[in-house]
Amino acid sequence: MTKLFHSIQVISYREFLRFIQDRARMISSFSMPVLFLVIFGAGFGKLIGQMMPGVDYLQFMYPGILAMTVLMTSIMSGVSIVWDREFGFLKEVLVSPLNRSGILLGKAVGAAGIAIMQGLIMLAIAPIVGVSLSLGIVLGLIPLIIILSMSLSALGLLIGARMRSQQGFQLTMQLVIFPMMFLSGIFFPLSGVATWLEVLSKINPVTYAIDAIRQVFLGTQAAGVTIFGHTMAIWESALLVSAVGVVLLIAAIWSFNRQE
Amino acid sequence: MEVIKAKNLAKTFGKLEAVKDVSFEVQPGEIFGFLGPNGAGKTTTINVLCTLLAPTKGEAIVNGFNIIKERDQVRSSIGLVFQDPTLDDYLTAEQNLRFHAYAYSVPKATLEPRMKELLEMVELWDRRKDKIDTYSGGMKRRLEIARGLLHHPKVLFLDEPTLGLDPQTRSRIWTHIKELRKRENLAIFMTTHYMDEAENCDRIAVIDYGAIVALDTPEKLKDDFGGDVVTIKTEDNDKAESLLKEQYQLQPNQENGMIRFTVQHGEEFLPGFVSSFPLRLLSIGLRRPTLEDVFLKLTGRAIREQEVDQMQQMFRRHQRMRGH
Repeated sequence: MTKLFHSIQVISYREFLRFIQDRARMISSFSMPVLFLVIFGAGFGKLIGQMMPGVDYLQFMYPGILAMTVLMTSIMSGVSIVWDREFGFLKEVLVSPLNRSGILLGKAVGAAGIAIMQGLIMLAIAPIVGVSLSLGIVLGLIPLIIILSMSLSALGLLIGARMRSQQGFQLTMQLVIFPMMFLSGIFFPLSGVATWLEVLSKINPVTYAIDAIRQVFLGTQAAGVTIFGHTMAIWESALLVSAVGVVLLIAAIWSFNRQE
Repeated sequence: MEVIKAKNLAKTFGKLEAVKDVSFEVQPGEIFGFLGPNGAGKTTTINVLCTLLAPTKGEAIVNGFNIIKERDQVRSSIGLVFQDPTLDDYLTAEQNLRFHAYAYSVPKATLEPRMKELLEMVELWDRRKDKIDTYSGGMKRRLEIARGLLHHPKVLFLDEPTLGLDPQTRSRIWTHIKELRKRENLAIFMTTHYMDEAENCDRIAVIDYGAIVALDTPEKLKDDFGGDVVTIKTEDNDKAESLLKEQYQLQPNQENGMIRFTVQHGEEFLPGFVSSFPLRLLSIGLRRPTLEDVFLKLTGRAIREQEVDQMQQMFRRHQRMRGH
């Protein structure tokens, strides 16, 4: 058991170290969400106002963008195990006495930790872009960010655990991250969209995470996802995302341990 | 006690028998070399010994630990340098070493002096704060050797330690390796396909198609399998070749207009040969055997020829990909 914890510590330590070292990655992971916030906000601002009367567009967009930052960072950090393999560093880790499951869990903790840091920085810039936050909101958001980032880094790791090439990395971007992002209600409310879109969105676990985050932000003004006639409360959504995360993490560990 | 003891090791990938029934022992402080062409099963053997691959058959003991049942103990007690770099390019040399120390639980008190000692040995102490992506291939290899020794292993595995490096860097790496052996009584298990490099080993196992075909000191191998190499050129090489086979019971090889064969005690053989050979000799040469000759004798082909073949294959594949 101590061996497992030691492995998690060692691997996550390196993930943080690397993140701090890699300025380009830090900047790029911000620029996109901020760009979306500004451009989509300006473009869709009026429309959203019409769809959800009384809700300020920035207040609607911001939780989604926050979730998007966490989503991109955690999936990418998870899939980054492909780069470790490609550049050989994974071999150094695999021949060390570190525990295999611990290596993967350490990656997950590292990826989630980085995503959480990004989320916190996004929270810190909220007042600058004109989003109002209270201490209560921030305290409510942190556990949700942790759950979302852990679950999605598990997804990234599952994808990357056996992947052999960098091309797969690009493919992940296009076939996993973008659909998950667009089918999650980040950019538009899911009430009143076409049925096929609604169904796909409800299969996407990110939808529930974003909805929970939005509920913390907007209180009763946010609708909540309705599934089979039941409207999901914050804790229910959180539980669902955690459960999906646990399943993904177990699958990722299993897949990683099976490789030779 | 032996540092490595391999008994009937075998590894198959599907139908491919990469390593077939390999047995050998490595003593403390010994430089033991696996010599063979690419694809002979050298890297697979290393991967099995360092517990990255499970053997299909056989067993091995490394530092007293079983490679199948005691993987973690084996891993903690060995150092490894792979063919391709396994450093984190985005971190500095020092950060890479610290990560390694952390992963192998090197005590803090011994880490600092050890790191300094090793970095000074490989002449990278001044560059320790630089990121790896600013390092040359030779520097990376040297840093990896230092890293592989950080946790005081008793045996260091080097897979083609000087592959792709310039001659100057290669000799420098050899200086380090020999110094280490002297200083720490470290056993070194290495693979190579450079003949001149294999000369540095205390003992060599010649490996071909996954099996050990000979195992001894370089000197002994040359004495046993080499013989002196005679090269002649005659007015009719084809006729000369059949003459050598029939009348002299030799095994000549024709190559680039020259005939080559090996004899014992060449100095004594030549005078008699020159006066009695019926064809006119255009040139004649005699030299001591090299490991290349040993390899040729043992496997029937030169290592270099095979590499040319591989290069040609790669070239053809490349052309096919481009639609030629």
